[in-house]
Amino acid sequence: MNVLEVRDLRVEFPTHRGVLTALDNVSLSIRPGEILGVVGESGAGKSMTGLAVQGLLEPPGRIASGSVTLNGRRIDTLSDREMTRIRGREIGAIFQDPLTSLNPLFTVGAQLVETIRQHLPMSASAARARAVELLAEVGIPAPSERVDHYPHQFSGGMRQRVVIALALAARPSLIIADEPTTALDVSIQAQITALLRRLCAEHGSAVMLVTHDMGVIAETADRVAVMYAGRLIEIGEVAQVTRDPQHPYTQGLMGSIPALGARVPRLEQIDGSMPRLNAIPPGCAFNPRCPQAGPRCRRERPELFTAGAEKAACWLLEGGTA
Amino acid sequence: MLVFILKRLVNAVFVMMAVAFLAFAIFQVAGDPVEMLANEQMSQVDRDALRDRMGLNDPMPVQFMRFVGNAMQGDFGMSYRNNQDVIGLIAERFPATMELVLVATLISLVVGIPLGILTAIGRGRWYAEGLQFLSIIGVSLPSFVVGIMLILVFSVILGWSPSFGRGEVVDFGWWSTGLLTPSGRAALVLPAISLSLYQITLIMRLVRAEMLEVLRTDFIKFARARGIPRHRIWFRHALRNCLMPVVTMTAMNVGALIAFALITETVFQWPGMGMLFIQAVTFLDFPVMAAYLVIISFIFVVLNTMVDISYAIIDPRLRSAR
Repeated sequence: MNVLEVRDLRVEFPTHRGVLTALDNVSLSIRPGEILGVVGESGAGKSMTGLAVQGLLEPPGRIASGSVTLNGRRIDTLSDREMTRIRGREIGAIFQDPLTSLNPLFTVGAQLVETIRQHLPMSASAARARAVELLAEVGIPAPSERVDHYPHQFSGGMRQRVVIALALAARPSLIIADEPTTALDVSIQAQITALLRRLCAEHGSAVMLVTHDMGVIAETADRVAVMYAGRLIEIGEVAQVTRDPQHPYTQGLMGSIPALGARVPRLEQIDGSMPRLNAIPPGCAFNPRCPQAGPRCRRERPELFTAGAEKAACWLLEGGTA
Repeated sequence: MLVFILKRLVNAVFVMMAVAFLAFAIFQVAGDPVEMLANEQMSQVDRDALRDRMGLNDPMPVQFMRFVGNAMQGDFGMSYRNNQDVIGLIAERFPATMELVLVATLISLVVGIPLGILTAIGRGRWYAEGLQFLSIIGVSLPSFVVGIMLILVFSVILGWSPSFGRGEVVDFGWWSTGLLTPSGRAALVLPAISLSLYQITLIMRLVRAEMLEVLRTDFIKFARARGIPRHRIWFRHALRNCLMPVVTMTAMNVGALIAFALITETVFQWPGMGMLFIQAVTFLDFPVMAAYLVIISFIFVVLNTMVDISYAIIDPRLRSAR
């Protein structure tokens, strides 16, 4: 059974000028122990998907239709109070900026103990022992001393390890990591992704890894979902998608990554920019920028078509021509 | 931490020296004290003798140092009006003002902080907006109007409480308190409320603004994602991050309240320092005015220093900072 199952998710933001559709028809699933990378430009809806799953959409944003199922239980219809019991317990979260994710006025130990005792029936001393274990597990040296330190006494990379420890505190079956390495030094990035990978393998947790960095996805994820303008346009095994992308947008994305050692005079780029949420064109959202767009792309919206082991939303895959 | 405190103390001493100089300057601009003390029949020889005895022929720095030295021993000279020791006059009035101000501060914190939290977390609801509206009235009503209205309603019409004075007091050494007798407590209620009304609205608005700010931060969102219940987020995580400005403002305002209590004291005929000062001004009683200035400033400086030190207690990040 899949840990997470998202079906036809649609998220809307009612505004003064009408309803904006931030996510449209997003479907994805994650198996136990699997790392699903979610990639896309800023505003493509990748973070939004994570927030919607956690029930943390900022009002007036709301799930308009579709469903979110966690370990066989539908959670998008739960009240905020019920979701509070699921967040942290069954869904762990890792945020982008470790410098601002921790409350500056409490020791990391206090924040760990608070999270542990919120979700697990443990005495204060047992929770503290567990906090020290968790810090050791995420690779923080001298954890029994560090547990009493305040966030500002840790470096950025160490703080992100603390954040990961907090996410793992109650052994959740799903971890949503939103740009976990973006705010870190490149040398620290590799350590953090390796740590994430190791911990998930050990605990069998499923991970939704949200990032705009294809390199992180290639190193860390098992499968990848590509998002564009609030829609899922391609999903499949990482190796397959990177080697043989099906959607023209993904092809453009891969073409814009420099390869080590290869002599490329100039990197490819995708002309234009992603449409704003209030100006998504009819048909395929990518059609104004697509080099292969045909008349049908401007009229009808393509669904996900199976192409070998993966799926992509492009008319080219249905009949070969757009 | 020790260095931090020492630096603050050195600062405080410098400020007090500047204030002492101002108080000292009052005598210099206020005319010749000998002329005020001497009566018409005094001969020029007697006047010169008096001038010499008072040390007024000494160079200015010597006079100033003597003023400072005496002030540090609590000696501000004799009142021009009734030849009493100035410090004795002030000591007699000080407890009345202090009790009034402390009770008013307590009321403003106990009422203002919860109202601030309520209006922040209930933003957009009718009760929060209603309180916001009422607070504008609270801010804009001058305290003497509030005082007179309170006297009119509760003393004149309802007859629930005395309209002036302090009631019976009990002496502890030089400190006299009205808190231990029923009539003393009854007499305290109206002046304390009238003095605290403005503070309540100020603290409420400050806490509201700070709460709204803090509730938008990443660490609050991360706390939500960790599954911490809302009441805990509000009262533990957010409130403590709001406390710094509240502490600052409260402490500063205790000083301001002591200084501005003179309006309330006049309205309620409260026998405090404010009344003493008003009387001193009418009689051009310079030693009392100078002593009042020095003592009020001393209270301000002590409070400010305590605020700085309490910052370091609330916020661990400041402890290592110099």
